[in-house]
Amino acid sequence: MSLLQPEAGLLFWMVLSFGVVFFVLAKYAFPVILKMVEERKAYIDNSLKLADETNAQLELLKAEGEKIITKAREEQVTILNDALSLKEQIINEARNEAKAEAAKQLEAVRKQIRKEQADAILEVRSQVAVLAVDIAEKVIRMQLNDKEKHMGMINRLIDEGDNKTMMQ
Amino acid sequence: MTSNGFEIVVRSLLVACLSLLISLPVAAQEDTNKEIDVKEIVFDHIFDSYEWHITEWGDHPVAIPLPVIVKAEESGWHLFLSSKLHNGHVYQGLYIASEGEYKGKIVEKNSQGVEIRPLDISITKNTFSLLLSSFVLIVIMLSVTRFYKSNKHKKAPGGFIGMMEVVILTIYEDVVIKCVGKDYKRYAPYLLTVFFFVLFNNLMGLIPIFPGGANVTGNIAITLVLSICTFIAINVFGTKEYWKEILWPEVPVWMKLPIPMMPVLELVGIFTKPFALTIRLMANIMAGHAAVLGLTSLVFVTVSMGPTINTSMTIGSVLFCVFMNCIELLVAFIQAYVFTMLSAVFIGLSRVESHHKKKTIE
Repeated sequence: MSLLQPEAGLLFWMVLSFGVVFFVLAKYAFPVILKMVEERKAYIDNSLKLADETNAQLELLKAEGEKIITKAREEQVTILNDALSLKEQIINEARNEAKAEAAKQLEAVRKQIRKEQADAILEVRSQVAVLAVDIAEKVIRMQLNDKEKHMGMINRLIDEGDNKTMMQ
Repeated sequence: MTSNGFEIVVRSLLVACLSLLISLPVAAQEDTNKEIDVKEIVFDHIFDSYEWHITEWGDHPVAIPLPVIVKAEESGWHLFLSSKLHNGHVYQGLYIASEGEYKGKIVEKNSQGVEIRPLDISITKNTFSLLLSSFVLIVIMLSVTRFYKSNKHKKAPGGFIGMMEVVILTIYEDVVIKCVGKDYKRYAPYLLTVFFFVLFNNLMGLIPIFPGGANVTGNIAITLVLSICTFIAINVFGTKEYWKEILWPEVPVWMKLPIPMMPVLELVGIFTKPFALTIRLMANIMAGHAAVLGLTSLVFVTVSMGPTINTSMTIGSVLFCVFMNCIELLVAFIQAYVFTMLSAVFIGLSRVESHHKKKTIE
């Protein structure tokens, strides 16, 4: 049977066409397709890995961020506390300074007052002395008529003056 | 998207069935008083022909003439359309033999008046179909490749290209990588080419209208060339260990000397592998074509048995035809797959490493 007898013409064309198909596909088609598919596979794998890594990093960053926030909060609290104490300190200082200033002024005023008192006393004293001299003049003028009385008084005054100096 | 492609194939198969039903009655009308020769119808289809016979319109055959390329022994090269040889015409000393050893082939008479066969590389029906599907295969594969070349963003393809990718990867991962072993990269282009070549020709053979329907992969010349290619791939690139296992296998010495029983068996095995590939593919596809044609012929054979039997047989025949075509669709894929897989397995066997090496690795 010629069923199992290959025909030369068909053999020739088959060798030719299969050869061409094999040459073209094996050179230009399949290597490119397989390479691209493999590259895509690698690309996808890489992307997945990258995504995982990124996620992990994101988690890390998140944790770090939270850490930073809590730290900031703590710092905020300490800063506030510091500010409060500083405020109080400043107020206290101001108060103390004010007190000191006031005391100084008071002191000055007191000194002034004392000085003025002393001045006033001195003035009063000098006026009193003048007055006393005046009075004494008047008294002396009045009593020059009576010699004895006059003498008596002079003695008394001298005594008094002696007492005073003795006492001193 | 894959289901879409599948739908197209199924539809074309249905169209195929219908057109067979339409074309055959016309062919049968011509000889109403003659018995229908189913065998002739089937074998006419299974064998090659110089023209592409489509149908007969009344007494007039509708056929597409194909170029005849012949180198006659004395008159040299001839190139003309096959329509010149129609109805037994003699053209430039050449004619189609109606009987004898070269029945249905172009022959010439030599000086002694003996019918001889000239060198004949005509574009026959099978050749034409073969060239066409080769061309289509190249165009499709290169267009698929172009997508990957221009695809810089490494997007996954959709539609037809996606379907092709699935098929390519199925063969590549399930057959090539698993069966060939560690040298799979070297053999992948060949095995993939074989797969798609066989698959395309199988599928083209299932389309019964003009550009398809030829019994290409059911012809021994086609499968022979394919298995010779596999034979070369197996034996030319076989490892030392492969040849050692053939010529000096690890069996008791009396099986090798003085009569080299095992080496002879192994040497026979070298040739039976491609032979099995050749016959398996050819027989499967040819049988499929024959079965579909035989079932369709049932309609016309039963005409003489009365309308009741004829009607019931017609319904049965159409149902069986649809069923057979579905099976043939499956067979088209399975045979391409099996051819590729066995080629890959044989190649993998020829790439064996030394057993001692293997043990140390294990």
